[in-house]
Amino acid sequence: MKLELRFFASLREALGVSQESITISDSVKTIADLRLQLIARGNPWSEVLADGKVLRCALNHHMVDASTALQDGAEVAFFPPVTGG
Amino acid sequence: MPIRIQEDDFDLSAEIAVLRKGDPRVGAVVTFLGAVRDMNDGSQVKGMTLEYYPGMTEKALQEILDQAKARWDTYQTLVIHRVGPLLPEDQIVLVAVTSAHRGEAFSACEFIMDYLKTAAPFWKKEDTPEGSKWVDARVNDETAMARWAKK
Repeated sequence: MKLELRFFASLREALGVSQESITISDSVKTIADLRLQLIARGNPWSEVLADGKVLRCALNHHMVDASTALQDGAEVAFFPPVTGG
Repeated sequence: MPIRIQEDDFDLSAEIAVLRKGDPRVGAVVTFLGAVRDMNDGSQVKGMTLEYYPGMTEKALQEILDQAKARWDTYQTLVIHRVGPLLPEDQIVLVAVTSAHRGEAFSACEFIMDYLKTAAPFWKKEDTPEGSKWVDARVNDETAMARWAKK
């Protein structure tokens, strides 16, 4: 499955990446699985995406929770809680 | 356009004039204008930069406006949110709602602003004497949004 990853704000800065195309194995089915897969890359990923860090996630521009299933070709974004207004 | 995300400043009077022009049904216009403060969490703020998620932020705002429209009898709504570098006293966000009577417009405007604070992807990075830092989300913003679910 191919995904387009996006990172914003403090996550983008800490990871040094704003956008990335990846291909994941069939065992990665949900947002939570994807997060674990990225954490497995080691630092800074393991630090920035660590369990306990409060993150928001969007799938194809809609906020979703960790149990949401991934879709082939989807855009998946990770970012901190929003602070606009 | 009911939703605009832009670096440029905006003119409150001009925006309201356009919003209510040619609509004699309008008896109430409620606006919220947000401005950049020079203090936040005890730190002096020299300026800030606003980041957003092009593509998603517009959709998130549209969903918020759709929900407000479904709940209250309003005519026109407008959201302008600035991004990029901003300085203290700068205008940052405008929400404007027109309706026949004030109650609907007050409620819709407050609802839109509360939801924007927690559901629209914008992030502030403040420039302070201690260096630049990303602003932490406020718990009381979540509380402000949650109260709308009880009604």
